[in-house]
Amino acid sequence: MMLRYALTRFVSLFLSLAVASVVIFLCIEIVPGDPASAMLGINASPETLAALRAELGLDQPKLLRYFDWVTGMLRGDLGISYTYRAPVAEIVADRIWVSFPLAVFALILSTAIAFPAGIWAARRRGSFGDTALMGLTQLGVAIPNFWFAVILVLIFAINLRWFSAGGFVGWDAGVFAALKSLTLPAIALALPQAAILTRVMRSSVIETLDADFMRTARAKGLSAAQAVRRHALRNALIPVLTIIGLQFSFLLAGGIIIENVFFLPGLGRLIFQAIAQRDLIVVESVVMLLVFAVIVVTFLVDLAYAWVDPRLRQRS
Amino acid sequence: MSLLSVRDLKVSIGAIEVLKGLSFDVSEGKILGLIGESGSGKSMTALSLMQLLPKGSLCAGEARIQGQNLLDLPERVLCDLRGSEIGMVFQEPMTALNPLQTIGDQVAESLVMHEGMGWRAARLAAREVLRKVELPPEAFPPERYPHELSGGQRQRVVIAIAIACGPKLLIADEPTTALDVTTQAQILDLLARLVREEGMGLILISHDLAVVSNIADDIAIMRHGEIVEAGCTSDVFANMRHPYTQQLFEASAHQPPEVSLPEPEALLKVRGLTCVYTRRGSLFQKPVETRAVKDVSFDLFAGESLGLVGESGSGKSTLSRAILGLQPVRSGSITLADRPIDGMKTHRDIRADLQVVFQDPYGSFNPRHRVERLVAEPFWLLDAAPQGQERRDRVTEALEAVGLKADDAQRFPHEFSGGQRQRIAIARALIIRPKLIILDEAVSALDVSIRAQILDLLADLRGRFGLSYLFITHDLHVVRSVTDRVMVMKAGQIVEQGETADVFASPAHPYTTALIEAAPVLRRTA
Repeated sequence: MMLRYALTRFVSLFLSLAVASVVIFLCIEIVPGDPASAMLGINASPETLAALRAELGLDQPKLLRYFDWVTGMLRGDLGISYTYRAPVAEIVADRIWVSFPLAVFALILSTAIAFPAGIWAARRRGSFGDTALMGLTQLGVAIPNFWFAVILVLIFAINLRWFSAGGFVGWDAGVFAALKSLTLPAIALALPQAAILTRVMRSSVIETLDADFMRTARAKGLSAAQAVRRHALRNALIPVLTIIGLQFSFLLAGGIIIENVFFLPGLGRLIFQAIAQRDLIVVESVVMLLVFAVIVVTFLVDLAYAWVDPRLRQRS
Repeated sequence: MSLLSVRDLKVSIGAIEVLKGLSFDVSEGKILGLIGESGSGKSMTALSLMQLLPKGSLCAGEARIQGQNLLDLPERVLCDLRGSEIGMVFQEPMTALNPLQTIGDQVAESLVMHEGMGWRAARLAAREVLRKVELPPEAFPPERYPHELSGGQRQRVVIAIAIACGPKLLIADEPTTALDVTTQAQILDLLARLVREEGMGLILISHDLAVVSNIADDIAIMRHGEIVEAGCTSDVFANMRHPYTQQLFEASAHQPPEVSLPEPEALLKVRGLTCVYTRRGSLFQKPVETRAVKDVSFDLFAGESLGLVGESGSGKSTLSRAILGLQPVRSGSITLADRPIDGMKTHRDIRADLQVVFQDPYGSFNPRHRVERLVAEPFWLLDAAPQGQERRDRVTEALEAVGLKADDAQRFPHEFSGGQRQRIAIARALIIRPKLIILDEAVSALDVSIRAQILDLLADLRGRFGLSYLFITHDLHVVRSVTDRVMVMKAGQIVEQGETADVFASPAHPYTTALIEAAPVLRRTA
């Protein structure tokens, strides 16, 4: 059952990727003129333009170029960046080792805050503590993460001098040092996410606390806390998983501002600079990579659903 | 010997006193039937014995089981007692089980909690408990999840959880209300057998006199948080000292006045109707077809009240949706006064002749609209919908026809009781003076005395407005008392139809016989 479900999800993952690649390719094609003229701007001489066209392979037919691009990606060849004069695959590989750990770090922080907080508030629904916490999360949702970033830098880097204000020491400096330089950015990213997730977790737990099967569990002799642990949590997790999946995609792709605030050499800054410099080869590849990541995360969330909920395993 | 003895049990929630000093006893191997209408405090009694009352409720008095007063015990001791000494079965089998856990594990959990077993041993023991409630592991593997079982089977699992540790007292709160009559009979048999074999005491809570009268040794009748009459079942039924007992008894055997039939003329004609549900699998799977209604033909005459009975899943709802033009039809035809009803393409004029009243009127009312707007809703089916004063007059007229007041038009649905809401739903159906009203389980959720009033109202309206009714229900008693003819539906087909009295007196189809036998009957001397 589970295997069949996973297979059908896998097929839809593959189809989504194929569609996404066509859309991204066409978007780049739609840019007025062609990528070469977009990159060089309006003052470029016809000779330079023709040279760049040949270099990028723009003189080939579209269909052929699409297949070259896709098969290139499958081989791990993302082309050569025009501004960096280096293989895009290498640049991306460097950057992904910043962005991916940062996103995972932030997600772990936000769930570590949101799960206990959401459950705590749900069990004390309507109490002073619950109201106060919900007020805090309201603030957390409203305040943008870069503001948190600035405040964190002020407190922990400038006043207390516990962390550096920005930059990334690299994984060569040791796991601890690397994680330390990612800590403030991860907290800044995680706080607004945690606020959202706490609210979702709280309402989801409240809903399951009122479910009939919780009464059955109490009638069976489970204490209130045992009933929550054994029966409510897994049921409450189903809607929360969706939000976690969406949040991870956002954290991976949406860290642009935070990466800029902290001068982190991540994917967000790469794509930001590439757009500014009209390096369409890099833009195209990084966007495809992010789409790939988002689709894979969605696939994993789908699998997690089925793992949690037996009714889904059967429906496929 | 008395197993549980309750003395002067009082419960209040805030300033409201819900239980006003109850006293009763339950003996080993005996069944106490606790009967009352909704709001009488039956469920509160059960929850106070389990000490699972909602937050903010205060409990006083005494409830002794084996010498210990349940009301005084600390939570830790209560956790040990719940599930081991006292088991409880709830009303809603569909939602009473954790959807993410196998039925075997849910039963085993009780054993792990109370018998100190490891999970492996508990799972093995759970198989035997499931066998006891007639879910043998060979036919119903304990690895199944609740959604793979029917309502009756799920209720058996809930019972298995409750009896897994051999409790001395079992409390069953409306255990069969959500089930079909035949399933109800099986569950009641099972409970009676368990009481006999295990020597448990059982408190059977129900709003249905008939359900309780057949199996309870003693009964107690509750009203407004008090027991108004109690005693041995046969005595209570024979004497009925309290007027409320009498009222309950009469209401549940209520017979509305007969309506004289006009000349028969077929209003609704259904010919060779087949409805199909297609369930699409994923992209690469063949769609699966289920024929919910198979080649059904019948006539409903003008001014007639026609019953349609069958268990859930028999196709009644699909058939009614097809008649309402809400369901695509695979083959066959439906005509109302010789005009065709054809799924969503059905013409507005035809829809105006056809109205429906559902089981739960609250669910079909927009809670933010006032009654006036709700009742006036069907006017959009008319080309010249009344406006202004005329519209208000029509709403008043409809409300008064169903026994409500003109000022009720300005109130919101939540301000009304269940019976009153059902009156609003009937007013909404009446307002454009349809020819046919479909009553889809329209009185099933109501208490017996309210049900009697609504049935009277329907009989009265039928006489005054020359209406026809299609009564869809699983309650054979309602069908017997208010319909002229009845059709019995099973697995998408009509297996029997005829004059109601004839069908009940000499059912031709074995399924009809089974339905009639399963329905609990209220006898004056049980």
